[in-house]
Amino acid sequence: MEPEAAKLIGAGLATLGMIGAGIGVGNIFGNFLAGALRNPSAAASQIGNLFVGAALAEALGILAFVLGILIYSA
Amino acid sequence: MADPLHQFQIQKLVELPDVTVPGLGLVDLAITNSHVAMTLAFAVIVGFLALVTARPQVVPGRLQSVGEQLFGLIDNLTESIIGHEGRHYFPFVFTVFTLVLAMNFLGLFLVFTATSQIAVTATFGALTIGVVLVIGFAKHGLGFFKLFVPSGVPWVLLPVIVLIEFVSFLLRPVTLTLRLFGNMMGGHVALKVFAGFVAVAAVGGLGWLGVPVAIMSFGMVTALTALEFLVAFLQAFVFAVLTCIYLNDVVNLGHGH
Repeated sequence: MEPEAAKLIGAGLATLGMIGAGIGVGNIFGNFLAGALRNPSAAASQIGNLFVGAALAEALGILAFVLGILIYSA
Repeated sequence: MADPLHQFQIQKLVELPDVTVPGLGLVDLAITNSHVAMTLAFAVIVGFLALVTARPQVVPGRLQSVGEQLFGLIDNLTESIIGHEGRHYFPFVFTVFTLVLAMNFLGLFLVFTATSQIAVTATFGALTIGVVLVIGFAKHGLGFFKLFVPSGVPWVLLPVIVLIEFVSFLLRPVTLTLRLFGNMMGGHVALKVFAGFVAVAAVGGLGWLGVPVAIMSFGMVTALTALEFLVAFLQAFVFAVLTCIYLNDVVNLGHGH
């Protein structure tokens, strides 16, 4: 395989790490919705926690994306 | 198709002579598009806040209530996360929040997003963690290191916990930097990729297949732009929330966990 092709495939593989972030963010919002439907009056006070949790989970996916970009432009 | 990464290139708009700074070496002072984007963001914030407070009334009008909402959002945030001392740290959080918000939004209206440059977001991350360190050492002296020793941990686990806490503290500026950078860059790359599909189909590069491709891609660009507005606000908000949480760790060290 040519090194150039291997680099592009590697960059693509590196971004697969975003699958995990997708599962994590989906879990957070899904569970928030499930909880919010059970107790809607408590939902508004937890919006801040919701977005912090989503941001923390998302950061790991972003790390995979940055790694992909680094390999792509290396 | 045009290179979707081209939009992130720094271009010199006005050439200025290089200056030699002692200790740093040669520094290029040229005014770049990144420079212009950040200055515009600054001008927009100062202009907006000046306009909002120009004729303050007891019953706010439309413009004034937008400014008050923005102000109240961050005021609530510092108050609820840091506690009654929160108002001391409000100016810092508000400054960072508005600057990031303005740069994110201007990136959607103009051609260049300052927050998609890792140098800009790294500066914000380093600044935030620097403020946290300074406040921590100023308030608690060497007691600052209690941050890495949570209370109520069995002594057998303590070395491992301290190591994990220390590493996670070191990673805070890195994740702050990369989250903002990655979100802005990823969003704008996706926008440009779909816009590129529309452009290719419009010049007839795909033949008759171009009609459905162009329609779907155009719909996608519209939807993604709407999403990017949400992300632009959300990332600025998340940056502010995390800044508050990190400040809270050192302000209320040892209690309130």
